[in-house]
Amino acid sequence: MSEDLVALRDGIRSGTRSASAQITTTLAAIERANPLLNAYHEVFADAAREQAQRIDEARAAGAPLGPLAGVPIAVKDNIATRCGHTTCSSRILEGYRSPFDATAIERLVAADAILIGKTNLDEFAMGSSCERCAFGVVRNPWDMARVPGGSSGGSAAAVAANLCAAALGSDTGGSIRQPAALCGVVGFKPTYGRISRYGLVAFGSSLDQIGPLTHSVRDAALLYEVMAGNDPRDSTCAPREVEPISATLDQLPSRMRIGVPRQYRTGNAPAVDAALERSIDLLRGLGATIVDIDLPMTDVGISTYYVIAPAEASSNLARFDGIRYGLRKSGGDPTELYARTRAEGFGSEVQRRIMLGTYVLSAGYYDAYYRRALQVRRVIKREFDEAFMQCDAILGPTAPTAAFPIGGVTDPLAMYMCDVYTVNTNIAGICGISLPAGLDRSSGSPLPVGMQLQAQAFAEPTLLRIAHALERALGPLGAAPASINSAA
Amino acid sequence: MSEPVPALSLDDVRHVAKLARIALPEARLAPMRDELAAILGHIAHLQRVDVAGLEPMARPLAASNRLRDDVPTEGLSRDLALMNAPAREGDFIAVPKVLGGESS
Repeated sequence: MSEDLVALRDGIRSGTRSASAQITTTLAAIERANPLLNAYHEVFADAAREQAQRIDEARAAGAPLGPLAGVPIAVKDNIATRCGHTTCSSRILEGYRSPFDATAIERLVAADAILIGKTNLDEFAMGSSCERCAFGVVRNPWDMARVPGGSSGGSAAAVAANLCAAALGSDTGGSIRQPAALCGVVGFKPTYGRISRYGLVAFGSSLDQIGPLTHSVRDAALLYEVMAGNDPRDSTCAPREVEPISATLDQLPSRMRIGVPRQYRTGNAPAVDAALERSIDLLRGLGATIVDIDLPMTDVGISTYYVIAPAEASSNLARFDGIRYGLRKSGGDPTELYARTRAEGFGSEVQRRIMLGTYVLSAGYYDAYYRRALQVRRVIKREFDEAFMQCDAILGPTAPTAAFPIGGVTDPLAMYMCDVYTVNTNIAGICGISLPAGLDRSSGSPLPVGMQLQAQAFAEPTLLRIAHALERALGPLGAAPASINSAA
Repeated sequence: MSEPVPALSLDDVRHVAKLARIALPEARLAPMRDELAAILGHIAHLQRVDVAGLEPMARPLAASNRLRDDVPTEGLSRDLALMNAPAREGDFIAVPKVLGGESS
């Protein structure tokens, strides 16, 4: 069974476990499973061993250890690390070395975590399946013929297959929560601005948020506590106190009103609907009041997202010009070099989104698309504000189905629909978490199903406490990923 | 009620590719047009939402410009700044001749 990070950390801090032994075990597991899963693009074997040894020595010398002492953490490869490379799973950044660490990374390292490697993603975090990774598709540990979800699919697969204690992802429209759901792990997207974006390669700057993928809600709360908080290097990082939460997760909120939107109950796979009904019953058993609510803008979210996110991406990705870093395709003048580099360096989905974003921002279309999408964004935000007057958290599926077969969704629009329940969280800037909530046994291997809880901006303590209570009520999934069974 | 999606021509796609600085091969123009048209057709849902009088919402938090304290911090060293350059001449990033080429 997968062990949670807190237990490992406590063992290392008390000296009953050795960080070096843990790293050896994790590296061996990676060596065995990664050739099949392709979760990692790069593994920091030597650096991780050295760091583990330092931690064991520090403990032996009686030095105090940080809250993540000796815990191996994987990092999505769109988050800058001085160690190794930062590629965004794109040819245009192949071989790129970041001269600095992201703020989130600095804080993990300061807490004595061990960075174990960089995980694959859909190129530039644009995708929901990890089939759009320039360095090969990532496979789902529960069924190698299926996708792990995306874009943080490498991180989700690494956690699910026990190739790390926890991982970082980034979530622009569901990229932490959807792969977490498809791989049977916890995925937490904090409120916009909670964790500094400094060092996160920008995709949609008004939507992007770093967050953890973990074995438990408690682990997610602990990582969140370590990483969250104001950062002078990110002017959109919220200058608000971060309430410590991991130690008091067991305190159930005195009032638990759970809103279940009517719009989240249609078009789901039967196993997803069953997991939703079970979660509702369990929450009721915990003393929650279930409130039927309406979020009529749910299905407009995808349209809004596919204007705002590509518009911001087309602007953010303009920096990849073949001049200062990354791939360069020479020939002709600098303008030609620029256009050739981008045609060669970006994959087809990234090109499509840059084109779409450029179009909706171009003269004559700006008002009809971009300005209107920003107005609809306000409608979506207002709808959530009104919903949160009736409830403390919103419950629903994370994704309408379990993991689909690799190659099973080829139409870009159909792929975009995977995120129908997650994009509005980012559009409104609120927080959301996905929990493993059941198994879909309708197709051979059992496949995990995820439930999502969403709460108002900065209501992380409420969100995490309810999620922790629901997680305990749900209990373990009752099966392990096939990759672990076959390796054991 | 929903506005018709403007028909995209191959010239439109060429124009957008030029703005986006992507040297799209001729063979990709028609597929790209069809893909963009399908997505824009879906996005037309936005026209059904009543947004009369609403201010556009560019970011989730109502934050004003926040500035950090005006104190010097360490910048990138020359070596770090140059270490990823695809072409380098001494302490400079080498680029093709800028003047004399096509202007755009």
